[in-house]
Amino acid sequence: MTTPTPGQTVGPFFHYGLAYAGDNDLVPPGSTGAVELSGRVLDGAGNGLQDALVEIWQAGPDGRPPRQQGSLRRDGWTFTGFGRTATSRDGRYVFSTLLPGPTRPGSASFIAVTVFARGLLDRLFTRAYLPDDAAALDGDPLLSTLPAERRRTLIATRGERGYVFDIRLQGADETVFLDFAAR
Amino acid sequence: MSSSPAPALGLEPQSAISAEIVAIEADSQHAGAEENQPRLDYPPYRSSRLRHPHRAPRTVDPETIELWAPCFGARDVDPLDADLTIGHAGEPIGERIIVAGRITDSAGRPVRGQLVEIWQANAAGRYVHLRDQHPAPLDPNFTGAGRCLTDGDGQYRFQTIKPGPYPWRNHRNAWRPAHIHFSLFGTEFSQRLVTQMYFPGDPLFRLDPIFQSITDAKARERLVAAYDHDLTSHEWATGYRWDIVLGGGRRTPLNTEETP
Repeated sequence: MTTPTPGQTVGPFFHYGLAYAGDNDLVPPGSTGAVELSGRVLDGAGNGLQDALVEIWQAGPDGRPPRQQGSLRRDGWTFTGFGRTATSRDGRYVFSTLLPGPTRPGSASFIAVTVFARGLLDRLFTRAYLPDDAAALDGDPLLSTLPAERRRTLIATRGERGYVFDIRLQGADETVFLDFAAR
Repeated sequence: MSSSPAPALGLEPQSAISAEIVAIEADSQHAGAEENQPRLDYPPYRSSRLRHPHRAPRTVDPETIELWAPCFGARDVDPLDADLTIGHAGEPIGERIIVAGRITDSAGRPVRGQLVEIWQANAAGRYVHLRDQHPAPLDPNFTGAGRCLTDGDGQYRFQTIKPGPYPWRNHRNAWRPAHIHFSLFGTEFSQRLVTQMYFPGDPLFRLDPIFQSITDAKARERLVAAYDHDLTSHEWATGYRWDIVLGGGRRTPLNTEETP
């Protein structure tokens, strides 16, 4: 096995390299089935990060990982499952997307989330679980092993146009971040 | 714009940062554990103080979606996007370079047809970014962002301009070693990597808290490209080779072309 290349911070100047037109609209806002996933990325003092980058990757409503090209050049019709957005001055991010279906019958649906920021030396992985299916959440292999106050950080709440998922990098309500072991 | 150095009121000296860097590396060596990734809690990088988790990450078995990565292709990337020296009225100023290498997973298997994105400062150390206030010249013929897809062997290749070092306000007289930012995807979500490629022999390495946040010297070397005379082309550009290993990637190669 070869040792992986180390990560480094995305730095403050990623916008012109990584942002692109339509990056946060996996589907056109307001289109049939579109929901909003939004939230804030917050530091240990509770302040929003104005220079964070959030990416999401998710199954479609059928529960299957999309295998479609076109994330960088959206055509408004193809669901690619990938989105990216830089946070605004108050640390807010917004995606327009579809609800992911369960990948197995009865499993809890979630959106995989990656966070990058100036001041954050390597990316962080987490999951934004949808709150609607309580039985599925109770049976989830990750959530069921977490105490209630930690588990709460991984479950999006219902918002006006969809779901709200805040990401707290540090502190008492720090989001549970994930490691997939092989790295 | 000013024609003289900026004041550094209230900023700590390099010596204070360097002393912390040296002490942390000594502790790390003493502990003896192999550290192949940057520390998220690395006080010499002042901006990390409120931005690193206090808790260790939770280890999980990846679920279906995490065993796959987004699919990019010819529809997303124009082959011309890999040449950062074109697309403007004239030639950019600076040292024209080729940066190329191979992307593999931990088992040495090539990462095929996947997206590579880069961004960087120009030859004077200035980014095309509103928040970059360094009073070095912008180059009207250089933006500094590019993309490509890896080929069937995992190879990527960019033509660009060698970036300059630039100052930042971590401490007094803080300078980043010249680098190119890289964003990479593997065949699985967990392989996602954003990092920086450096140039060999940079005298700023030992002074830079971002580079030094990787406390193991061998691991830091993995971010440094090698000058490659075979990549250098006659009367045109010098060449740097930088191979990248994306951790994870436990699916077998037979599965990579399967539909989920």
